[in-house]
Amino acid sequence: MSLISYLLNGLSLGAVYAIIALGYTMVYGIAKMLNFAHGDVIMVGAYVVFVIVSGMGFAPLIGIFASVAVCTAAGVIIMMVAYRPLLQVSKLAVLITAIGVSYFLQNVALLIFGADTKSFSSVVSFDGFSLADGRINVSGETVVTILACIVIMVVLTLFIKYTKAGRAMLAVSEDAGAAQLMGVNVNGTIALTFAIGSALAAIAGVLLCSSYPSLTPYTGSMPGIKAFVAAVFGGIGSIPGAFIGGLLLGIIEILGKAYISSQMADAIVFAVLIVVLLVKPTGLLGREIQEKV
Amino acid sequence: MAKKIFTKDNSTYIIVILAYIIVEALIGTGNLSSLMKGLLVPLCVYVILAVSLNITVGILGELSLGHAGFMCVGAFSGAFFTQLVGDSLNGGLRFAIAILIGAVVAAVFGILIGIPVLRLKGDYLAIVTLAFGEIIKNIINILYVGTDANGLHISIKNAAALNLDPETGRIIIKGAQGISGTPSDSSFTIGVILVLITLFVTLNLIHSRTGRAIMAIRDNRIAAESIGINITKYKLLAFTVSAAFAGIAGVLYAHNLSSLVALPKNFGYNMSIMILVFVVLGGMGNIRGSVIAAVVLTLLPELLRGLNEYRMLIYSVVLIAVMILSWSPTAKAFRERYFGFLSRRKKEVS
Repeated sequence: MSLISYLLNGLSLGAVYAIIALGYTMVYGIAKMLNFAHGDVIMVGAYVVFVIVSGMGFAPLIGIFASVAVCTAAGVIIMMVAYRPLLQVSKLAVLITAIGVSYFLQNVALLIFGADTKSFSSVVSFDGFSLADGRINVSGETVVTILACIVIMVVLTLFIKYTKAGRAMLAVSEDAGAAQLMGVNVNGTIALTFAIGSALAAIAGVLLCSSYPSLTPYTGSMPGIKAFVAAVFGGIGSIPGAFIGGLLLGIIEILGKAYISSQMADAIVFAVLIVVLLVKPTGLLGREIQEKV
Repeated sequence: MAKKIFTKDNSTYIIVILAYIIVEALIGTGNLSSLMKGLLVPLCVYVILAVSLNITVGILGELSLGHAGFMCVGAFSGAFFTQLVGDSLNGGLRFAIAILIGAVVAAVFGILIGIPVLRLKGDYLAIVTLAFGEIIKNIINILYVGTDANGLHISIKNAAALNLDPETGRIIIKGAQGISGTPSDSSFTIGVILVLITLFVTLNLIHSRTGRAIMAIRDNRIAAESIGINITKYKLLAFTVSAAFAGIAGVLYAHNLSSLVALPKNFGYNMSIMILVFVVLGGMGNIRGSVIAAVVLTLLPELLRGLNEYRMLIYSVVLIAVMILSWSPTAKAFRERYFGFLSRRKKEVS
């Protein structure tokens, strides 16, 4: 029975990773850059909810909306200021500015909120339920997180498939130059992608901190890296890949913690990634790119 | 052409030696604060790390985010050796062997990790190096090694599981508490000597036949393969040399601290990323640039210390600004227009 509750916890953590990884993978698909600051946008999102809900006493829903709004704006501003001038020049240069942005966000949070851990009160008011005569307890956070992840995944897939903006995203990720010639607003599409990615990061931040209620300026860093791993695991650039990669990673992490060693959980996650990439060098659902002479 | 390269290399050595002389003079006249003195060995460590990572990133052209892992391996193996032999060898010889052991162990890890990793490409390679770095750090954190009359005992559970002889037993690596009580064999002079050795090997590697083969792979893998360059061999070679020097930096680092613990801060991906920042900011493939960037970026937060809590914020802003100003096409055009006469334009590399 404990296996089932571990699996549920894993799914819940994996759902958070999946939401973050979706943002990662979309940005990678469009801009071909590793956005190392993505993890810190999660932290920003969580702090916004913390201030509005715990500090000012507004309803959690208002906090979430504010958080999504702030993160979306922050994501677009970061892209315009720090990434756009370099996007066409060098991938590595953008990687370094992304690291700079990551330090920047962490230190702004450090200045405003200090280094001490804030205890985040869950935004989920639903108590959860128990199954199998109380032997398995499912917390409200778990249910909400998994549901949110599925809803986001479905909406995002529909958005990309059936809207003009979504198809523009696909086109730009396929070939930005050709898309521009076809009249797609490439810069606008990139900005939209960053906006969606950052909005997802805000939601992920709120869900993450509801399940694991300690908030510091460095909260987003490790989940950010894990989500990056999840995105690569599923095949970076692939949206279903990020979803599957995130869920699997969460489950592996929780099961590893439970059955093997809690200190080694991160090492196990990384080891699985290495094995997967050695067998399938472009991730689970990644596309093979043929090299042409 | 050959002469020009020669002088550029020499200038790198001269910068290091001049810096050493100036610092020694400052120490001699008592003009260096104790804070800065404490930074001297770390500076050497960072310079070695930056130069060695430049072999992988700049010369081989593969993005590695796990450099701190090799440093970690070197640091622990070197410090372990020093603890093991204790005072039975004199300080200088002991440290020299520790350096050698750190380099060899890190090189072995470089080969072991390089074989699978170098099959991958681009960002996939980057994430796998990051993963290996984190795994190394994690394993060190649960590793217990002790010694007694019967030899070495290794455990990944806890100190009791080592089954040490209570009389002669001694625990050297204590899991998450790491290694403590390492004698401080490192000094600024040794650090500078190691920096010079690193520079000498790296610069000579670059100008050798091997180095040209490695750069050919970086510039065009398929073309290099078609003229008979053994891709795997040269890639692995560059990766291993890079790892070995990271190991040396680790030994230097370990013997500068009395207690060595593998934390995310010193051996985690944050450290690897910081070294990568030095390399990219100094210019990829530019060894002198790595040296300067490592020194400037390590000193910058210290020089900004007067600004207290704002210093890391300013550091990050400076980092972003420098990247944009030096790389963006608009800034480049602006520089060309107004300061073009100041800088010799390099050939544009497409």
